[in-house]
Amino acid sequence: MLSSLRTGVQGLWRISSRSIQTTASRQHDSLFVHRDTPEDNPSIPFEFSQANQKRVEALLAIYPEGHKRGAMIPLLDLAQRQSGGWLPISAMHKVAEILNLPKMRVYEVATFYTMFIRRPIGKYHVQVCTTTPCWLRGSDAILNAIKQETNCEVGGNSPCGKFSVSEVECLGACVNAPMIQVNDDYYEDLSVEDTKEIISKLKKDEKPKPGPRSGRFASEPLGGLTSLTEEPTGPGFGVQDALKA
Amino acid sequence: MLRQPLSRALALTSPVRAAPLTARRFADQVQAQPEKVEVFIDDQPVHVVPGTTVLQAAAQVGVEIPRFCYHERLAVAGNCRMCLVEVEKSPKPVAACAMPVMKGMRVKTNSDLTRKAREGVMEFLLVNHPLDCPICDQGGECDLQDQSMAFGSDKSRFTDIHFSGKRAVEDKDVGPLIKTIMTRCIHCTRCIRFASEVAGVDDFGTTGRGTDMQVGTYVEKMFLSELSGNIIDLCPVGALTSKPYSFAARPWETRRVDSVDVLDPLGSNIVVATRTNEVLRILPRTNEEINEEWLADKSRFACDGLKRQRLVSPMLVDSRGNLTPVDWEDAIVATARALRDCPPDKLLAVAGDLADAESLVALKDLVNKLGSENTCTEQYFPLEGAGIDLRSSYLLNTKIANVEDADFVLLIGTNVRFEAPLLNARIRKSFIHKETDVALVGPKVDLTYEYMHAGDSASIVKDLATGTSSHAVARRLEQAKRPVVILGAEQLRGPEGAALLAYTQQLALKLHDKLADKSWKVLNVLQRTASQVAALDIGYKPGVGGALQGGPRVVYLLGADSGVVTREALPKDAFVIYQGHHGDVGAQIADVVLPGAAYTEKRATYVNAEGRAQQTLLAVSPPGKARDDWKIIRALSEVVGERLPYDNLDEVRARMSEISPALVAYGDVQDNNYFAQATALAQSLQKSLSGKLDVKLKQLEDYFMTDPISRASPTMAKCIQAVIKQKQSPY
Repeated sequence: MLSSLRTGVQGLWRISSRSIQTTASRQHDSLFVHRDTPEDNPSIPFEFSQANQKRVEALLAIYPEGHKRGAMIPLLDLAQRQSGGWLPISAMHKVAEILNLPKMRVYEVATFYTMFIRRPIGKYHVQVCTTTPCWLRGSDAILNAIKQETNCEVGGNSPCGKFSVSEVECLGACVNAPMIQVNDDYYEDLSVEDTKEIISKLKKDEKPKPGPRSGRFASEPLGGLTSLTEEPTGPGFGVQDALKA
Repeated sequence: MLRQPLSRALALTSPVRAAPLTARRFADQVQAQPEKVEVFIDDQPVHVVPGTTVLQAAAQVGVEIPRFCYHERLAVAGNCRMCLVEVEKSPKPVAACAMPVMKGMRVKTNSDLTRKAREGVMEFLLVNHPLDCPICDQGGECDLQDQSMAFGSDKSRFTDIHFSGKRAVEDKDVGPLIKTIMTRCIHCTRCIRFASEVAGVDDFGTTGRGTDMQVGTYVEKMFLSELSGNIIDLCPVGALTSKPYSFAARPWETRRVDSVDVLDPLGSNIVVATRTNEVLRILPRTNEEINEEWLADKSRFACDGLKRQRLVSPMLVDSRGNLTPVDWEDAIVATARALRDCPPDKLLAVAGDLADAESLVALKDLVNKLGSENTCTEQYFPLEGAGIDLRSSYLLNTKIANVEDADFVLLIGTNVRFEAPLLNARIRKSFIHKETDVALVGPKVDLTYEYMHAGDSASIVKDLATGTSSHAVARRLEQAKRPVVILGAEQLRGPEGAALLAYTQQLALKLHDKLADKSWKVLNVLQRTASQVAALDIGYKPGVGGALQGGPRVVYLLGADSGVVTREALPKDAFVIYQGHHGDVGAQIADVVLPGAAYTEKRATYVNAEGRAQQTLLAVSPPGKARDDWKIIRALSEVVGERLPYDNLDEVRARMSEISPALVAYGDVQDNNYFAQATALAQSLQKSLSGKLDVKLKQLEDYFMTDPISRASPTMAKCIQAVIKQKQSPY
């Protein structure tokens, strides 16, 4: 009797909990179709600068004839750097022209990679890591501080036009959590104060010192080294006597 | 840019793609047939060549594996995962469409694991697919519907609909032919692969990633291709549907009649879908020797022109010069009187672009009985030299399917892309998948593939023929093992036409003499219209120029609408009889109008550019008082007093077979010969060539309206507008 009761309870349990978990599906914050805007439309000309033109040639030289399309991502990156951190559609067209590819093949790549940004953004692109390790170490507070200081919403630009804030997935610096990335630089081991200081310096167009704010070097242990503290041993260390010459 | 795929290695040699033996006689047999491997599909042994995929091997023993992204004529993508099957000793199910067979492989297409995998894939596809079948145009012919019934699970675990709803994607605007409902897209990428491989217009792609991935054009752009309609057929779901046909009918309500297209010279095989005596849409019918399974846009979408601007009643010109509807009797009597009173040498019959062989025979017999020899066609072909006495001088001798096996194609004065879109698709196919190169003499046009442009002056052909050319094309022609020369019939119109043909014949003969394989045909003349070959076979004189000089008193226009015969060119008192189905150029100048039937409304014979006779079948009845064309002429002959000796279709066809057995050898095509004799007869015509070659259809907007049916079609008009608008856009 007890067993039949158990199966009955289990049956009820099975009905009430479906095996698929539901979470809100999150759409990406950028569009995957192009809309002409005054800042971004194909009639705005784009040319690589003199210095970048040389880089373009150097990049193309890496790839053998017939496989020049391999240079697409480096070229798009170069174009993005030249255009102030974002990739206008005319830059994509230019890259397609250089590589002699249909434009669609360039659009495909530019929309696939999240590091290509297809809308005008501020001078400083602040990317806040909010993945689990950073989040556990207080990334929410960091994000709020940034939002307050820059007056900028996630996925948007600040009113001054200088900042853009994005929430991003793991940037691979979990040991130094929480961290943010501003353009090419990582700022790690942050506190709210550190963050505010970084933002205020950026507002004055000064470059804050990248790296960990906790005083340690890179991702060494906070309390100093716990291993590899002595000089490395020389060759032949630990070899059997019989084998020594 | 083509993602050159497994297809090069696999698909071209696949048994599914292999055309019937006659068409593929010239297929490369250089490499020895590799040893076959034995595999087991559901324990049935099957021997296949290495490189065959599991899916193709299964097809050989009649086991169909469900698929969405796989298509025989496109590269293998392997992204829908619907074709997952269990393979013994493989830890996971494998995608049958992309997995080459291995020796002794044991595939289980109906095991528990396979079924579970299919149900899982189907469940995921349906999670992101709207449940809008009741309002979806694909309903009833939808692969997703069919396969979810056959292979899907009976329940779903999708509960997100209560929380965040289904994924939705913005619709794209790709022109007036294709309607997109992108939320329904299951990302099979067939349309992308078709656009890039077959159509040669690389405008489709995927943007974004993960759940945000979408198929589209990224920027707002029309699909600028003459083959665009095929992606509607390719789409396994209702994401791409036909705009003109939207919400018109369900597939099970329509009656399908096999027929033949007449809007280009290739005679593509079609299915006409009708309901309540109305042509709703036209779909391609597979014929490996002609159109494979594609269809050009004009052939597919111009069918709404069949309902507009039709001649529904006989008409006679009244005292004020206006055409007024009359009874058949009055029209026939008036016509007969004019014919009888006309001196035989002043009687002229002109056949138009869409005339069928039956009415051509009847009209020629009638005119001959009245004592006149003046029967001609609107399109021109030089009569000097061999003229039209040798059939090989005016046909596509290589045949459409064999063009795939050519290693060098020389196009002279033709824009194949718009004159015969599916022939161009074949050339592109061999350009992509084989090492075929193409050269063009004529104006620079976009053929969707790269070609060597030799220039546009006619003298280049002379240089090539006489061996005085130092152009790279000459060298390539010398080296070619299977060269093909295609001459556009449009170029033969001018005073230098005969010389151009003579030189082209000489060039082809010179190339042919060097070939190891003497059965390979080099010379091709690409006619522009569906009626021309049959008319020449029957004995119509090409071109009306000379006949108009004689000042004809009575002109009988059999669907002659290309504007070659004008009122200005005729004597003032000339009596013009127009018989045809559309009120177009011909009917405007007529004194009496006899309403005939369009190609969907009669059982009639058309001979395509290769010389292949095919017949259309009656899909709908002719509108109003319109009648079968040959019957009108037969009735007329009775009243004129020169009764034609046939009373039904079989007797007409018996008469046709007396003229030429090829006219009734349906579906069959003969090999042509006598190239040397034709060249010898044309020897004296080789004069200097100074003109420039020019083609009429240069751009996509020129393609859509070329005949009375497509000129009457609102869809074609929209296409032209849309193309012109797109060309102004910066994308």
